[in-house]
Amino acid sequence: MLSRTASNLFWLSRYVERAENMARLMEMGYRMALMPAVGDGNRAEWRSVLSAAGCADGFAVEHGEPTQAAISDYLIFDRDNPSSILNCFEYARANARAMRTAITADMWEAINGALMELRRAGMRNLAKNDLPEFIDWVKRQGALFRGTTDSSLLRNDGYDFIRLGTFIERADNTARLLDVKYYVLLPETSIVGDGVDNYQWTTVLRAASSLRAFHWVYKDDYSPWRIAHFLILNPFSPRSLFHCSERITNHLERLARQYGGRHPVHSAAVDTYSLLSQGDMDEIFNTGLHEFLSDFLIRNQALSSSIAETYYFGGQ
Amino acid sequence: MFNEMMMNDQVREPYRALVDWMDATGAETLTQKRLEAETLFRKIGITFAVYGEGGDPERLIPFDLIPRIFTAAEWRKLERGVKQRARVLNAFLYDVYHNAEIIKAGIIPADLVYCNAAFEPAMIGIDPPRKVYSHIVGVDIVRVGADDFYVLEDNCRTPSGVSYMLENREIMMRMFPELFSKLRIEPVDSYPDMLLRTLKSIAPVKCNSDPNIVVLTPGAMNSAYYEHSFLADQMGVELVEGPDLFVAGGLVYMRTTRGPERVDVIYRRLDDSYIDPLCFRPDSVLGVPGLMNVYRSGGVAICSAPGAGVADDKAIYTYVPDMIRFYLGQEPILNNVPTWKCGRPDDLKYVLNNLGDLVVKEVHGSGGYGMLVGPASTAEERAAYAERIKADPGDFIAQPTLALSACPTFVESGIAPRHVDFRPFCLVGDDIRLTAGGLTRVALREGSLVVNSSQGGGVKDTWIMAE
Repeated sequence: MLSRTASNLFWLSRYVERAENMARLMEMGYRMALMPAVGDGNRAEWRSVLSAAGCADGFAVEHGEPTQAAISDYLIFDRDNPSSILNCFEYARANARAMRTAITADMWEAINGALMELRRAGMRNLAKNDLPEFIDWVKRQGALFRGTTDSSLLRNDGYDFIRLGTFIERADNTARLLDVKYYVLLPETSIVGDGVDNYQWTTVLRAASSLRAFHWVYKDDYSPWRIAHFLILNPFSPRSLFHCSERITNHLERLARQYGGRHPVHSAAVDTYSLLSQGDMDEIFNTGLHEFLSDFLIRNQALSSSIAETYYFGGQ
Repeated sequence: MFNEMMMNDQVREPYRALVDWMDATGAETLTQKRLEAETLFRKIGITFAVYGEGGDPERLIPFDLIPRIFTAAEWRKLERGVKQRARVLNAFLYDVYHNAEIIKAGIIPADLVYCNAAFEPAMIGIDPPRKVYSHIVGVDIVRVGADDFYVLEDNCRTPSGVSYMLENREIMMRMFPELFSKLRIEPVDSYPDMLLRTLKSIAPVKCNSDPNIVVLTPGAMNSAYYEHSFLADQMGVELVEGPDLFVAGGLVYMRTTRGPERVDVIYRRLDDSYIDPLCFRPDSVLGVPGLMNVYRSGGVAICSAPGAGVADDKAIYTYVPDMIRFYLGQEPILNNVPTWKCGRPDDLKYVLNNLGDLVVKEVHGSGGYGMLVGPASTAEERAAYAERIKADPGDFIAQPTLALSACPTFVESGIAPRHVDFRPFCLVGDDIRLTAGGLTRVALREGSLVVNSSQGGGVKDTWIMAE
């Protein structure tokens, strides 16, 4: 496979996953803002969404006042926001178009169709008048892309690069999602455990589309400890850092087998995997959830760069 | 004017079943189908960018639902004529890059060949595999009467449009399956296989295994990018850009996730001047430095060969009938359009005196740009054009305004005749192969004779009826 193609596949799936996770973040902000306003009103919740999306600075420069309408427009349609949902689909399609031969017609139609629909004027109204419906639409596009990939793509190295992109991005997003809690609650850590806090924690689960899954695993014990465990260490949760790490390691191993060679990127992936498989929630909370998540984000980013170096995304 | 569908108020035989079916279907359903077709095209992503204009960079070529139909007998003649031309154009190319017998014999003036911008001195003495230079020949044909066909021009470099031939058929079969089950229409879907066989058959001498073939594209911004990716996909070969390839040890390789992989045959959709910055344009970032050296030493095959364009130049075109007699000892099966060469004083005089009745073209132009359609022009336009001709007569040729045949077409006001042309795609390698079909282009504006997609032309499916 051409190195350029591998790079396109990797970034195609990263951008689709990013668009979907951006929608999940917005869902969380929306639900948090429905809570009875305390102090600063619901602005704090929306600001935390911006922070988790890594868009706080860019937004401040352009808009200043964080209202729901301004923020959701910035996160969905703003061309100047590199991570806006519209830009994610634009970049995803540009990557797909640059290597049409490496994806199936079904996958192309999923990506191309999503962008065509999103470019229509009606979508702006939908996002404005019925944000939850719009968020569902975005999630459906992500599901359609993964579904067509799953049902139509050859299980060769291209498939591995696509899946690597998906799980690198998902791990990044789950970590950021959890981190939002810190932007919302700090420095008011004293209220941990009261009603508002519980609601916010369950909203994190909702944003990860994991509320019902959580019920099945832990019944109704919404302690932050369990929720964090579910999204970090639980091996059965499809969005947990552990699960993502396991998939990344697995796809890198598949590449090593197909290409007949192991590289530093393989041991780096295994290191992170071991860290998570032996992880302990008490320890993580003691050293600080925020510190743990920051460290994970750096590792994850390093892994992404290392994949690119190993398989020559920059050219030989 | 010849109407493809009607003759003496009677529906012509090949169109009868179609007309019955259209009558039974009704205008409303057909309009609905038309919208469906556009959605399908957009969804599949078949687009065509038009150079130098604003607006949607991925514009759709308008697709017309009503097919253009040839009988088996009509096709037999076209097929023989097209193959004859493809053969002779390659014979000509081999000759001008070797002994130039046709020039020595005084049939074609030396300056027309050697002073031609498309003539490539770097190709002199090179023997391309199977002596083939132009592996895909697109022949543009117009019809003026029941049995009168003319060749408007030849395309020997990298003719585009074959993806439309294939996709138009896909869309038609998806929308009107009952028509295809009822009528006996020659299939076109073997084209990609035939193209692959042709490309494999021209593997270079240093290739010692199953040849590795790639399609070389200038990139996603190119107007025909959809076609490049479509053909690569249909053949199951890599679609590469210049930076994906490099030269080492006298061979060409592509950069892959496994490391370098050797490339044997390059079907390039890139102009000559861009393919190798060391040999041609030094500022090209689209090509592969050192490619021509590898080509010369038999390490790689390039399709079409650099310099193949000298055979499809509009000035050379006028000599194709002479070439057929010279190289093949045959009479041309398809005629040229009578052409005045402004480089000749008598012809120049005639052209300047009759501008209002003629179509004048730049010898090196393409895509319908920079031409004068006499009957549709104003006096000022003609006067301005006359000045251009006088400044450099050798750069212009003129042809009579042909009454191009018209085919019924969906337009704003309903169904009306619009002028059409036809481009079949002939493959030359170990054999000469021609798919029973081609691209029919239609001038959508009333009275317009310009069918180019860059100037408001559309496309139709073309049906060759089986015997």
